[in-house]
Amino acid sequence: MGPLTFNDIISTEWNYVIALLIGLAFGYILEASGFSSSRKLVGVFYGYDFVVIRVFITSVSVAMITLLYLDYLGFLDFSMLYVLPTYLPAQILGSVIMGLGFLMGGFCPGTSLTALAIGKIDGIIFTVGIWLGIFGFSEAYPYIEDFNNSGYMGNVTLMDYFGVNPYTFAFGFAVFAIVAFTVSSYVRRNVKEIQY
Amino acid sequence: MEFKNDSFRHVYWNPYFGGLLLGLLIAATFYVTGRGVGATGGTKATVVTAVNTLAPEYAGNQDFYSKYVDEDKNPMENWLVFETLGIIIGAFLSGSIKGRVSLRVQHSPKITSRTRLIFALAGGLLFGVGSQFARGCTSGAALSGSTVLSLAGFITMIGIFGTAYLFAYLFRKLWI
Repeated sequence: MGPLTFNDIISTEWNYVIALLIGLAFGYILEASGFSSSRKLVGVFYGYDFVVIRVFITSVSVAMITLLYLDYLGFLDFSMLYVLPTYLPAQILGSVIMGLGFLMGGFCPGTSLTALAIGKIDGIIFTVGIWLGIFGFSEAYPYIEDFNNSGYMGNVTLMDYFGVNPYTFAFGFAVFAIVAFTVSSYVRRNVKEIQY
Repeated sequence: MEFKNDSFRHVYWNPYFGGLLLGLLIAATFYVTGRGVGATGGTKATVVTAVNTLAPEYAGNQDFYSKYVDEDKNPMENWLVFETLGIIIGAFLSGSIKGRVSLRVQHSPKITSRTRLIFALAGGLLFGVGSQFARGCTSGAALSGSTVLSLAGFITMIGIFGTAYLFAYLFRKLWI
């Protein structure tokens, strides 16, 4: 039963090989979908290209439903999967900062790596920026530590927080996906084309 | 119909096909490792390594670096470092097959490449800082976090996209 490395079905020596292969597939899929182009990515915020929403929402729905189905069939223990801890104030601030970063830089960290890989200088500079940003955060850490760790809620899922079962959320997300795809196609048809 | 030699360069996968493959990959990653994918952790390991190499005393005592520094272990010996190398190799493979590999700056014709690079640096900086506050970026927090229905994942996803939509108008000159 999965997760395999937790349950010692795959030994930890294989971890780094698996990491490399997963990264390879991840990078390939992102680049092949056009995520190495900042102008294509940012189109999602101006209505001329919705590739980000289409790929992102499709993949979350597919992965979520696949994992819940594997759990239902008894091949995987969904409750053993890693849940990101919630630190409400820091996470809200962090995601607002990242939203602005997306608009200015046109990439996010994963997509800038794919741009860097195919020689885009803007992708290289963006990655240098990430490096400096993490360095700056780390240096300032003693001053922001209290804020950064405030509002800790533990490894909460939506199920814990709202007391609803996961299937309801998965269904809701799938409905949201269909609405988002329909609305974005409509918007795309009514926005001036941009050449890039 | 006329075909130019390089006309296939900007042909990308159907986004729903890409999304399907990405979803299956993320499900497989969780199935095998119990965790999702990430894109900032590898860069963070290089920051920790650099500081630890130049000032080991300081790195061992400072609250943030010391979390990632361990006497017996190199910070680069990390799942996310290998995954990050994989991302770069995978993207290079895809780009080479389609003839998209070349050194250049991509920007809107309305701005100079200098402007583009200044904003790329600023955007990267913000992502570096923001990802540390949020405990993950678009890949680690929003994408992988939402997949397992974590509250933090959904907050990050809504926060990043919500903020970007809210302020898109201010930065339109950079893109359209």
